Amino acid sequence: MSVHNTLKPSERMKIPRQDSIEQDPMERSRNFNEVSHGLNEERALIEASRCLECRDPLCMNGCPVSIDIRTFIQQILDKDYARAVRTIREANSLPAICGRVCPQEEQCEAVCTLGKKHAPVAIGKLERFVADFEMERDLFAAPAVSRRNGRRVAVVGSGPAGLTCAAELAKLGYRVTVFEALHAPGGVLRYGIPEFRLPRTILDLEIARIRALGVEIHTNFLVGRTATIDDLFAEWGFEAIFLGTGAGTPHFMGIPGENAIGVYSANEFLTRVNLMKAHKFPEYDTPIRIGRRVAVIGGGNTAMDAVRTAKRLGAEDACLVYRRSRAEMPARAEEVHHAEEEGIEFLMLTSPVRILTDERNVVTGLVVQKMKLGGPDASGRRRPVPVEGSEYALAVDTVIEAIGQQPNPIIQATTDGLQVRKNGVVVTDEAQKTSREGIFAGGDLSRGGATVILAMRDGKRAAASIHNYLLSKVLEQERVI
Amino acid sequence: MYQILDKQFLSPTIARFVIRAPFVTLKRKPGNFVIIRLDETGERIPLTIVDADPSEGTIVLIVQGIGKTTRTLLAKARGDTVADVAGPLGTPTHIMENSVVACIGGGVGTAELLPITQALRQAGNKIHTIIGARNRDLVILKEEMAGLSDTLTVTTDDGSYGTKGLVTDALSSMITGGIPFQAVYAIGPLPMMKAVSAVTRPHGIHTVVSLNAIMVDGTGMCGGCRVTVNGTMRFACVDGPEFDGHEVDFDELIMRNRSYLEAERIANQRFEAGAAGGAP
Repeated sequence: MSVHNTLKPSERMKIPRQDSIEQDPMERSRNFNEVSHGLNEERALIEASRCLECRDPLCMNGCPVSIDIRTFIQQILDKDYARAVRTIREANSLPAICGRVCPQEEQCEAVCTLGKKHAPVAIGKLERFVADFEMERDLFAAPAVSRRNGRRVAVVGSGPAGLTCAAELAKLGYRVTVFEALHAPGGVLRYGIPEFRLPRTILDLEIARIRALGVEIHTNFLVGRTATIDDLFAEWGFEAIFLGTGAGTPHFMGIPGENAIGVYSANEFLTRVNLMKAHKFPEYDTPIRIGRRVAVIGGGNTAMDAVRTAKRLGAEDACLVYRRSRAEMPARAEEVHHAEEEGIEFLMLTSPVRILTDERNVVTGLVVQKMKLGGPDASGRRRPVPVEGSEYALAVDTVIEAIGQQPNPIIQATTDGLQVRKNGVVVTDEAQKTSREGIFAGGDLSRGGATVILAMRDGKRAAASIHNYLLSKVLEQERVI
Repeated sequence: MYQILDKQFLSPTIARFVIRAPFVTLKRKPGNFVIIRLDETGERIPLTIVDADPSEGTIVLIVQGIGKTTRTLLAKARGDTVADVAGPLGTPTHIMENSVVACIGGGVGTAELLPITQALRQAGNKIHTIIGARNRDLVILKEEMAGLSDTLTVTTDDGSYGTKGLVTDALSSMITGGIPFQAVYAIGPLPMMKAVSAVTRPHGIHTVVSLNAIMVDGTGMCGGCRVTVNGTMRFACVDGPEFDGHEVDFDELIMRNRSYLEAERIANQRFEAGAAGGAP
């Protein structure tokens, strides 16, 4: 019992975990509207009442940005939703986005005490509930901004790492310019994550709020080509630079037939739809080929996004081809569940061998082979081994490869002294410092492929490091004088 | 928004635009291109930067109206705007020095060849230029190219201007005539660049071609522009657009560039309906 919750722990444990209200699977697999409507107030209150209010809450340690989860859940119980969202915002400036796309089951909810014997508290859904409440009631209060100090910092890339870093630095009084290569800001939140998981109104709103802090965003500006990092220091007057350019270069499998018509990287497929709105062709000019049967190769969240998008574009059959088993799939359980509900077929322990084409080089099929699991590999997962003589052909007209990506090499190739790993990942220390003075990096660029929340954490840490760096630079200059 | 400061027709279907895009001019080199998007519903298309003036903050684009986007751009006037211009993109041209080179432009490809020819001239090369086009109307930049070249040959498919025939006929006779070419720069339709590469291969003349693959972002993110060069997958947007013509799998790219023929037909129909006064 507590002042917030009069139920005894034993009673709380008996309450079932509350589900989000969702669009009907058959209905939603034909539209791009958001799949989940989240919890309503009634369900949110029930869900919040399940929290055991642990004296030493593990959930907070499980959160990459250390949101005070117990407190915000208590504030929900008190029906003080505005304060609950303020509690979240102290640690996380994009709650409506994280409440939707964070893998809570691997973070806060994975360590929830209730989860040891029962289903964990739906922390992510509660976060989304209060974030949406804030949006609907227009309760957002702009954070306090320190007096402008006139010092300039450049942020390269406007994805979750860059946006977070820019916002934090602006709050500290810096004059921040964000450089974005595409015509619209948001990075992977714009071109990668589909609208049915993250409505663009939310993204646009968050970006408008960051602009309101005084952050300037230059779109159509590819750092490394339009201006180099050295130019930004020498000619543009920036004193520090944060690199948050993500992992945008797609991998291809290297199987025969890959350059046929009807083969896409997931990046291209999703960019055509999410950024260019190819699903609205010919109202929008960008076309996309979908065909009747689509195979998506891969088992991560990007593969899920691609296969569910293919279904929404009108594919009669959309299947997922993954070489390991269900247990090794890196995609979030919720996404896998949603995909299944929408009628996505899962071909597990199945590996692509070659793509079949006709005389015009158009895809006519995908030859696959069955796999079995052998001993553990470097990643600790059991290695898939081909089953002799198990090849067969899937009749498909579109093949989408979602097998991973790595950082875009343009900045690394045009910046001297930046320590880069073989896979293009920029090396940083724990404070997000790179090997070059004044240059910081974070997100997928320094991780190779991770999550929105980890990118945000890096952006936040980098902002603190940049602040320290620029303060120490002033002190040094004063000493010299 | 990027404003069109000037527009001149070079032929009934080809126009030269001067567009204000100051950041694009800063580091632009011959061989670079931009990605443009006309408006909110527009697609992103690559166009070679023909010229740039950093002091004025302007770039020059020469565009032939073929698909919906280029035809819509051609219908724009001085003072109109283009929503997005991103660049300079791509790897700049490697410019030979003090050599004997052929510059071969096919159709609107001649516009893309112009800045390279300028750079080759400055680098002290002896330049033999061949401009090829289907007919007289499509021969562009003849005076400009003549001013940069030691010799200029014009060929048209129908003989309506210059010599009747193909650029490869002119190139072959120059090679057999004894001009000791050290390099050939060829920009034009894919079949032309393929044919030029076939002519130069037996003579071992280094041949640079510029590939107009289908692109979305133009920054290496989508892989839509992937081409097979020397048996390896390369991205035309960042590794190119220029490659060794003897190593390019032209047939594959020719087929890839036909990926959206049906969509292009639909878009063109809508454009024509709109231009005729109907609903777009």
